[in-house]
Amino acid sequence: MSSIPLFPTEAVRRPVASVVSNSPARVFERLAALPKLAEVTPASRLTVRPTPEMVSSGVREIDALTGGLPRGGLTEVCGPVSSGRTSLLLAVLAAATQRQEACALVDVSDAFDPVTAALAAVNFESMLWVRCKTNPPQRHRDTEKTNQKHEDPYRCRMGPPVEQALRVTDLLLQSGGFGLVIIDLGDVALKVARRIPLTSWFRFQRAIEHTPTVLFVVTQAPCAQTCAALLLKVKAAKKLSALSPQLSVLKTLSHAELLDGFRVETEILRSRIPRKPAQSATAAFVTKTVRAG
Amino acid sequence: MAFACIFVPDFPVEALLRTEPGLRSQSLAVLEGKPPLQKVFAVNENARCAGVTPGMTKLQIEACSGLAFRTRSVLQEAAAHAALLDCAQSFSPRVEDAAPDTIVLDLLGMELLFGALPEIARNIAHRALDLGLTANVAVAANPDTAVIAACGLRGVTVIPEGKESERLGNLPVELLAAGVHESEQLLETLHRWGIRNLRDLAALPDVALSERTGQRGVYLQKLARGETVRTLVPVDPPLVFEEAIELEYPLTLLEPLAFLLSQLLDRLCSRLAARALATQELRLELELASEYQEESVGTGDPARPVRAQARQRFHRTLRLPLPLLDSKTFLKLLQLDLKAHPPGAPIVKIHLAAEPVRPRPGQSGLFLPPSPEPEKLELTLARIAAIVGEEKVGSLEILDTHRPQGFRMQRFTANHSFSSVSEPALSAAEGYLRGELTDGSDDLVTALRIFRPPAAVTVTLCEGRPTFISCPRQKETRGEILWAAGPWRSSGDWWEQEGWARDEWDIAVQEETSIGLYRLVRDLLDGRWLLEGTYD
Repeated sequence: MSSIPLFPTEAVRRPVASVVSNSPARVFERLAALPKLAEVTPASRLTVRPTPEMVSSGVREIDALTGGLPRGGLTEVCGPVSSGRTSLLLAVLAAATQRQEACALVDVSDAFDPVTAALAAVNFESMLWVRCKTNPPQRHRDTEKTNQKHEDPYRCRMGPPVEQALRVTDLLLQSGGFGLVIIDLGDVALKVARRIPLTSWFRFQRAIEHTPTVLFVVTQAPCAQTCAALLLKVKAAKKLSALSPQLSVLKTLSHAELLDGFRVETEILRSRIPRKPAQSATAAFVTKTVRAG
Repeated sequence: MAFACIFVPDFPVEALLRTEPGLRSQSLAVLEGKPPLQKVFAVNENARCAGVTPGMTKLQIEACSGLAFRTRSVLQEAAAHAALLDCAQSFSPRVEDAAPDTIVLDLLGMELLFGALPEIARNIAHRALDLGLTANVAVAANPDTAVIAACGLRGVTVIPEGKESERLGNLPVELLAAGVHESEQLLETLHRWGIRNLRDLAALPDVALSERTGQRGVYLQKLARGETVRTLVPVDPPLVFEEAIELEYPLTLLEPLAFLLSQLLDRLCSRLAARALATQELRLELELASEYQEESVGTGDPARPVRAQARQRFHRTLRLPLPLLDSKTFLKLLQLDLKAHPPGAPIVKIHLAAEPVRPRPGQSGLFLPPSPEPEKLELTLARIAAIVGEEKVGSLEILDTHRPQGFRMQRFTANHSFSSVSEPALSAAEGYLRGELTDGSDDLVTALRIFRPPAAVTVTLCEGRPTFISCPRQKETRGEILWAAGPWRSSGDWWEQEGWARDEWDIAVQEETSIGLYRLVRDLLDGRWLLEGTYD
């Protein structure tokens, strides 16, 4: 079987210096001429990862900050209680459902409020709501016996709702076709959320890669680590945090005056999407109360 | 004019072989009657070659080695007959239901749709085979000739017009008298004359035959010559798609049940496909073994023996949001449903019915946003329901009430209809295709996270306003109330037993590390303070 030489035979007889003196362009030309290597791109010519398609988050300030939410990527939003995470979640959900994309909300703590969601213009017809905070249904004895034979990858140190949420998310992402899948871990204790194996986040990220799905995760502190294409931190702005020393002013606030104009600051902690400026940046948006008066 | 006849030889055997195709290569006898007086009702070709004939007793055939025997199932024969009708209806709207094993169909004009007559005949035979029935198909210029040819000639036969006498000549005369007593007497006469086949009968002089046997003999001679003329009597069979299996032994495990359900679903889907239909509702009825019924009902009360003897029926209905026709999807959905709702007793009879509907159009819009495939979505929803419970998954509908938690869960369906896409969605989709990002809304709402169930709290009041809160369930929610707005008073349904009345407060609580915003509720009916949720 004859093999095609990489270099001309006379080059083999020449001194090494003369072979090295061949310009890289000529080597690439010869490589490209070889039939087996014609389709191989040399490592030096590899292009950068393609920029993901971005989709509106429903909040103008965040769109201006991040360029939107990446499709085929995991977006994580973290922040403490009463920081505005759920308000952002509703805005993202409303924007996606108004685009008539199929959306799924995996509600780990069963904390979703339909009334405020309706006021946030969420279209419920396009939204699948999975409420995980429940006892698992009774199963048939045969099923239980069969399941006991196999090691359950989810049966670890997390609580039943988190286990259910991971299973459900797996099913939703493998099923495909959803434009937005939200995992709401906002009320899950930090120590429990951090017990979610990194392999689960990798699996989720791998499942949505090259798909139009946006995976949106709400947590108290970052959990998905390097799997997150975009990591946002939200916190309540000064108005709420400055209340404590101003009790005398506070007592005079009218009904719902505090909640109206609730200012939320958002900061990018990590982003794989190339943007300008490259360093961390913040944006703020304001929410309104659902009550009058 | 062209007519086709579909004839299934040994129909009771074929009906059973639909459920047990593995027996097709064996000798099989179908028994009828109550034990111990069971007699052979029908046999297949192998059993006939082994010397088994209808009318023999079970005791006689038990001596035959390698012979399998089954009890006759009227249910399965009815299902096989319905399948035969579906097969015929998929080729022609004019179908005559001549007998349980014989269907005649008018092929006038069908050549334009399905090709030449031999091709149609072959396709009919293939379709019958898909439905689990090995059938003889014959095409002829008149219905009677087609029936005789199908009964007498194996496989596919096409008899050109004018060649009837020639093609039918070798068939025995007994074919003409199937089940007619008067004809049987006449056949005895013909037998004595030495007439053995249709060629001999056709060759007899008309007048002499008429003088000796009357009009009946002339009619039989016309049949032998293929010269009869009659009008087809078409039927319009109802669109009922049902399949059933009676089991010899009770089933106790779900796995073998799934195997049988798979067969039933395959047959149902084939029948629906033959009629260009799909289904949106599957009804499963299981008949459970009576001895378990006695155990479950028997509570030591001797006054209920009659009820204990009755067989219990187990019903499950699978409703789908869209018309589907995929037996694997149906099987998986039924398996998940039965795992969640096991019958609770051994199964002796399975009855499966499908509600036929028109299939959904396959064409979707160019500007439709991504949505899950209906088959996959149904399976995913069923699997999720098995994890979290049926009532915990779906889309929600807000009820027309001010009652707290005034919503209900309903089945989630992805939007697949192009006509249902609203104009704003279309314009948004077009903008999305142009690469535009939609503008964020200015009216972002402060969201509320609900505690389900609400947490009971202890509240200290000062001049009617809450000033301190302590929640035993959430230890971190304890502290001075920095700010409180309220109360918002609401009530409703006071004319019913489930009346409600409450005061709602929005409060800011100084916690250890931060300030929490909560919704505090006082139930005016029982005076309890509850923490309903947190603003986030």
